[in-house]
Amino acid sequence: MITYIRLLALTSLFSITILGFSASANADVRIFACEPEWAALATEIGGGDVSIYTATHALQDPHHIQARPSLIARMRRADLVIATGAQLEIGWLPVLLRQSANPAVQPGKAGNLAAADYVSKMDVPSHVDRALGDIHPGGNPHIQTDPRNIAIVAGVLLRRLQQIDPSHANDYLARYNDFMQRWNTALQRWQQQAIPLHGLHILVYHKGWSYMMRWLGIIESDALEPVPGVPPTTSHLASLLAKLKQQPVSIIIYAAYQDSRAAEWLAGRANIKAVKLPFTVGGTDEASDLFGLYDDTIHRLLAASQGQSQ
Amino acid sequence: MMTIHSMITNDCQILISGSCLPLTQEKTVNRFLITTLSFILLACLNISATYAAEINNDNEINKLKKQLEQTRILLESMQKRLTHLEQQQKESTMAVVQPKPVPTANTPSTPMIATKAPQYAPPAAQSASLGSASSNAFNPDISAVLNGGYQAFTQPPSGFAIPGFPIGDAAGLGNRGLTLNESELDLASNIDNLFYGSLTVSLAPDGGANVEEAYLQTLNAPLGLTVKAGRFFSGIGYLNQFHAHHDDFIDRPLPNRAFLNTQFGDDGIQIRWLAPTDTFLELGGELYSGNAFPSGGGALRGQGTWDGFINAGGDMGYSQSWKAGISYLQTHAIDRNAFDAAGNTAGSFSGNSRLWLANMVWKWAPNGNPVNQNFRFQSEFFYRHEQGLFGTTTPNAAYLGKQFGWYSEGVYQFTPGWRIGLRHSELFANNSGASVTLGGILDSTGHRPRRDSFVLGFNNSEFSRIRLQLSRDNTQSKVDYQMGLQYIMLIGAHGAHQF
Repeated sequence: MITYIRLLALTSLFSITILGFSASANADVRIFACEPEWAALATEIGGGDVSIYTATHALQDPHHIQARPSLIARMRRADLVIATGAQLEIGWLPVLLRQSANPAVQPGKAGNLAAADYVSKMDVPSHVDRALGDIHPGGNPHIQTDPRNIAIVAGVLLRRLQQIDPSHANDYLARYNDFMQRWNTALQRWQQQAIPLHGLHILVYHKGWSYMMRWLGIIESDALEPVPGVPPTTSHLASLLAKLKQQPVSIIIYAAYQDSRAAEWLAGRANIKAVKLPFTVGGTDEASDLFGLYDDTIHRLLAASQGQSQ
Repeated sequence: MMTIHSMITNDCQILISGSCLPLTQEKTVNRFLITTLSFILLACLNISATYAAEINNDNEINKLKKQLEQTRILLESMQKRLTHLEQQQKESTMAVVQPKPVPTANTPSTPMIATKAPQYAPPAAQSASLGSASSNAFNPDISAVLNGGYQAFTQPPSGFAIPGFPIGDAAGLGNRGLTLNESELDLASNIDNLFYGSLTVSLAPDGGANVEEAYLQTLNAPLGLTVKAGRFFSGIGYLNQFHAHHDDFIDRPLPNRAFLNTQFGDDGIQIRWLAPTDTFLELGGELYSGNAFPSGGGALRGQGTWDGFINAGGDMGYSQSWKAGISYLQTHAIDRNAFDAAGNTAGSFSGNSRLWLANMVWKWAPNGNPVNQNFRFQSEFFYRHEQGLFGTTTPNAAYLGKQFGWYSEGVYQFTPGWRIGLRHSELFANNSGASVTLGGILDSTGHRPRRDSFVLGFNNSEFSRIRLQLSRDNTQSKVDYQMGLQYIMLIGAHGAHQF
């Protein structure tokens, strides 16, 4: 009997607190963006009608984020969660979703958008084995390295925002049209600028650039990680160095969040350049928005490859 | 291959067919309802006019008037709703149809890279439903944990006891030499749109399976509530809810072993509420059968244990994050057995047991990126008040226990894959009553049980761990130096861990 009374007291305490909190509502669509590129895209299309929380920043490895209490608290009130998907966030997003007690953002709901679901993926493995490293069975999730994928996701995001917040449907549409106009202009500029990069052979730290390479016609010759997700080992770097003597490459690229030491070490031995790329919005000072991201990526690639030929 | 244009129009159609058809249907239904109600209303008016004269009772007339008024209000509200729906339909059609295709890289109007253009296909939009959905795509996450190693002690582990503490059956040390520890099988998956389910079966090395956890958890409960039911590890404290393979040390701290029989879990129900605040704030309560240590005997018709906890957490800048909480557990135990290290019953307790816990964890990772370096500090404090009867065969002598314990540990990953850790645990018992006999289980002999451990761990990937632990165990008055080597391997799809 005493237990019942306690349970009852506990329940009523809960309901009182809940009523107290639920009174404070905000008109904005609350967006929980798992990566900075989606936060930047949501800013372009959502403008003042949304408030955005970015779960990670460019100096974090999006594969390895801890399901911190702050992230759970932010997801609790989110109206829309934008993730990359394709298992990029497999180590933390499922925990956040399950702990968030937020029905609106569970998979399958309008409030759950996995960008990679709408893009045809590269590097889909025909055979999955952990001995091959931390591979993604659904294909390469790093879709944001090709700006044409951003355009596809922009269309998906527009419709989701219209669905979640129909009262501002026309505002979203106007911003989308404006963004796409600017994006297509920029796309042509980038493609013109990147002509000298076509056919370049490069080394990558992690197989995270497949989409960019396909876009710009760059050829990936190898990766510093022996298998995806396993940090470069000295023996693997030594074998790469030996291989570079036979098949030279122009540059080594690594993302802002990755340790530069392995890339710099190899670049120094092979007498080539190691270049840090922003990988996402905020990865470098210049990559302050989506346009800056690709401007700076191409600028850095060009600078490194030209420096090489001199 | 779909262009953005066709994608948008496709979706618009879906949206229109998804939302407008029901609207039209609803409208028809509403019209029908209104018509029907009008007839009823007219009929009512007729009836009332015919019989008004015959009805002397004012009450009857008033009742009819009231009914009429109600019908009128109903009609009005339905009319309003209809107008509103029509308006909405207009708006949604406007909003959805308007997206116009914008030229993109995919459309022929935009040139691909001009002169030396790579001849690769442009990226295609893919419908979310496409994918390799084979029949086993619905299989749950299935994983197994392999756990084994080697242990060495300078004192015989069969003589282990914690002076002043009546301990449960899982609080002792493991066996000497090469050992296989408990293997674990996990199945976990979303059951449907409402529930998540998880099953963990532990397999003892000498045979037999034990259901460690088997629970369902709600995914769609409103108001920030989450309900868990079944058998599960309690949310009290910090370390208790984690499976042992998550730990950075080979064994649990002394207070967890003394107060919670290493890990407290029972059959019951849990309700948690997450506050809608930017700072993490969580309230929880659990009700349990009361069969598991620190309870026993399933008192109060199988509802012998309950607890409550409150947790808060947040970030400090990009590099630091924290979580802290307090918990309270209360139970009524009937014949709770105390064990010696050999697994034999050494005593029995009946009475009330109350446990207070305070815990905090602080994590640091440069720029919030734990891949290369990270550090974690955690600490928990325990206070237990037990009152009742205790005896070696049956509970027959008075026992009042006031017991205190705490531990602190720090683990530092200094380079990818490698981490070192230090931990100190300490206990203190102040027991009184007729059951406290010289040299008996409840006699603390004025000794403070304590233990220091150092661990060196290596993770080749997040699925394989090997570690070496050295301990100075002063739980009893004679110091025991211990060495342990352990491997923990995760096979298969294992769910991510909590903070």
